[in-house]
Amino acid sequence: MNLQDLFTALFFDYTLRTVALGSAVLGAVSGALGAFAVLRRQSLMGDAISHAALPGVVLAFLISGSKDILALGAGALFTAWLGTMAMVYIRRRTRIKEDTSLGLVLSVFFGVGMVLLTFTQRLPNAHQAGLDRFLFGQAAALLERDVVYMAVFGGGALLLLALLWKEFKLVSFDPEFATGLGLPVRALDVLLTTLLAVAIVLGLQAVGVVLMSAMVVAPAAAARQWTDRLGSMVLLSALFGAISGVAGTLVSSLAAGLSTGPTIVLVASFIVLLSILFAPARGLVPAALRRRAQASGALSQG
Amino acid sequence: MNQANLAIEITDLTIAYKEKPVLWDVDLEFPEGNLTAIVGPNGAGKTTLLKATLGLIPPSAGQVLVFGKPLRQQRRLVGYVPQRGSVDWDFPTSALDVVMMGRYGHLGWLRRPGKAERDLAMQALHSVGMQDFAGRQISQLSGGQQQRVFLARALAQDAAIYLMDEPFQGVDAVTERAILEMMRRLRDEGKTVIVVHHDLQSVPEYFDRAVLLNVRKIASGPVHEVFTDDNLRAAYGDRVTRLGAAALPQLEPESRAGLPVMGK
Amino acid sequence: METYTLEIILIAVVAAAACALPGVFLVLRRSAMLADAISHTVLLGIVLGFFLTGDLSSPFLVLGAAAVGVLTALLTALLERTQLVKNDAAVGLIFPALFSVAIILISRYAGDVHLDTDVVLLGELAFAPFDRFAPFGVDLGPRGLYVMGGILLINLAFIGLFYKELKLSTFDVGLAAVLGFAPAVVHYMLMSLVSITLVGAFDIVGSVLVVALMVAPAASAYLLVNRLPAMLALSTGLGALSALTGYLLAFLLDASIAGSIATMAGLIFLVSLLFAPEQGVVAQLRRRARQRWEFAALMLNAHLLNHEGSREAEQENRASHLTDHLRWSPEFASQVITYAQRSGLIAVEGDHLRLTPAGRQRTLKHYPSSGTLEGT
Repeated sequence: MNLQDLFTALFFDYTLRTVALGSAVLGAVSGALGAFAVLRRQSLMGDAISHAALPGVVLAFLISGSKDILALGAGALFTAWLGTMAMVYIRRRTRIKEDTSLGLVLSVFFGVGMVLLTFTQRLPNAHQAGLDRFLFGQAAALLERDVVYMAVFGGGALLLLALLWKEFKLVSFDPEFATGLGLPVRALDVLLTTLLAVAIVLGLQAVGVVLMSAMVVAPAAAARQWTDRLGSMVLLSALFGAISGVAGTLVSSLAAGLSTGPTIVLVASFIVLLSILFAPARGLVPAALRRRAQASGALSQG
Repeated sequence: MNQANLAIEITDLTIAYKEKPVLWDVDLEFPEGNLTAIVGPNGAGKTTLLKATLGLIPPSAGQVLVFGKPLRQQRRLVGYVPQRGSVDWDFPTSALDVVMMGRYGHLGWLRRPGKAERDLAMQALHSVGMQDFAGRQISQLSGGQQQRVFLARALAQDAAIYLMDEPFQGVDAVTERAILEMMRRLRDEGKTVIVVHHDLQSVPEYFDRAVLLNVRKIASGPVHEVFTDDNLRAAYGDRVTRLGAAALPQLEPESRAGLPVMGK
Repeated sequence: METYTLEIILIAVVAAAACALPGVFLVLRRSAMLADAISHTVLLGIVLGFFLTGDLSSPFLVLGAAAVGVLTALLTALLERTQLVKNDAAVGLIFPALFSVAIILISRYAGDVHLDTDVVLLGELAFAPFDRFAPFGVDLGPRGLYVMGGILLINLAFIGLFYKELKLSTFDVGLAAVLGFAPAVVHYMLMSLVSITLVGAFDIVGSVLVVALMVAPAASAYLLVNRLPAMLALSTGLGALSALTGYLLAFLLDASIAGSIATMAGLIFLVSLLFAPEQGVVAQLRRRARQRWEFAALMLNAHLLNHEGSREAEQENRASHLTDHLRWSPEFASQVITYAQRSGLIAVEGDHLRLTPAGRQRTLKHYPSSGTLEGT
């Protein structure tokens, strides 16, 4: 397949178009919200949240008996949120540190999810097949309806982010000062984390539990290298996320055995690598060149 | 003493961390239009006192009144300069942007900072001599410059009372002078400036009033009344007495209002 | 089937014990998430080892996996050192990338081999007894038991040999470096140990469960005891307990053994969180309730002491005044007064409160050492 065919396919192949569009939306939403997570040193929160969503997916299926994406998503969001609150509580009330609370919530919630999933599988008449799609993600199975949901809920999350922009910014940069101004810092904190959980739940069925965290961290880490402004960082992060989504989908359609999720993650990781090496102000290569120019300048002057 | 206008009145303030008292039954009055230092040894509760005054730490007992009313109703009257180490300076934002955060309280929800806020912020940067660094990413500023950005942010709050947590900590001489000038200017405009300070020696030179703190209040009032041998010994133990005594002779009551800045 | 059950439980218990030991150090060193990262990336080592040897049971797979595990820690540290990303972001960047490479390699080149990503993540303890260790045709038991037993011994030996170094570099990196203990070397040795443990455990119990077994028992022990040797022993014991009860849960629900063990490990943590003697939530609440009275009484004393002999003492040291100034409700104030009076700290004369000598002494004891009260 050459490049032209690829673009033709992108516009006319229904499945490919849907998947690419879904991955783009997912990349943009998780990229934008991921920027805040990375700046607040909550990069690994995404990993914990995505694992904590699993029991919710199965519970929602057990209760509603359907695999309706809205029901499963609501369940996922519920336990993911529960997981983040558990982490906050453990960190605040005990001597256990952040990383341990993350690992704890991540593995235990996932374990509970596994118990529920295997338990469900052994129930008679349970059409649970496809629930484990949430584990590894299956972008190829995205339907147009899923993409519409993604766009609606993701768009809602982004809208809230835009409305509360200056509050989120201040709470992320200087929570004490924000408290001094009378802002409800804790509530804003919880809201921002909840929005992140929404973004993650939206992405689960496309890239899966394990790799979703990369979609939170990678675009943001790359974007940070190119700019010193929060606004442009968030926009750029969303853009990188969307690019990773589309490019990953296209590349994975080129060859058999290239699963979409991992390919998207690798594209995003590649963007990070390029950014860290070559971003003009912060990149390693430009910095090394500047040092060399300086050294030779000093030599010729001396 | 002019009792008519108390900027801040603290009564019976007790703060405990894990049931261990950090501040114990502190009564304090800060008359309006003064420059006050809060001094005391490490762990004396200086920063805690400041944060409790701002409502950042809930007290176990006691209360804080700002111009006679609870802080909650008076937040806009209080500006705050936190310690420089309290934020991540690698945050992607510019000096001007940080200063504009001082206007967020006035803006309220949903409204975005516009030209008016930008102008005010620029003015604040100007008054700390940082106008040329407005667009600079904050990690590319020196420690002293970062401190001045924080001061400008407090200025932008356009408050009546300014609470500053160790603003002189680790800054260069230029910044120290700029901060001092700014504090005096604020005082002369009738504002109340309260500063957590750790350098005993410069207190008589820089400040009108002092609070000597060591978990409980040791003394408060005009510097020359507070800095007695007995008080200093009560706060610091014996090791500081000699230093305190050496500082005392410079303290002529009449020079209190406008101490000259000592040459560096 | 009976012996199989016994064997499964035995493997699970040994695996739990093997994981819990290095887990203690991970929890204390704030590197628990490195375990999560490595638990994913060892897959790449296994895949690469398999491509080199063509044999899924080759010991080189373990070596390859351990090497990639250490590489993960190394790359993370390297990325962090650029100062372009923070530590947590570095972890979150490296492991998904390496894991993605592994998955793509498997699905593209090793699709027909027994290297199922499901198994990697979830493990299948129930199948462990079918894989026998039978040299020269003599069945000596399940291979998994030997693997995990061996790893347990390695971990025990390592911690035994380097106990002092591990302890020092965990609590005071600076001092360890000054004393010449090379904390970096200790760090990477520990990471190798973690990697080997993860490799050994993960095709038996799955990578996510391995993280649960490393983190949860150690975290519970951290809440329950205060000393490192006790923490090591207890977290091993709690790991084993999670394995036992987890198997029981799996049997009852007919559900995933690995998931059930993780669930029980979580439950044990929850119980520790609630009921740990000093650190637990209940203990904290009870202590707070008890100290509330003591503290309030002391506060009352301090208040009386501060205003004793001063002009406003008549005003300040009255029972009715406490409500205004200490912000106590009238009921609470009178309860505190009763408590302080009964403890002999104050004397009450009508509405007027006065410190007793015992009360004064008690209050002065709580002031900082240099505090003499004559200065006011």
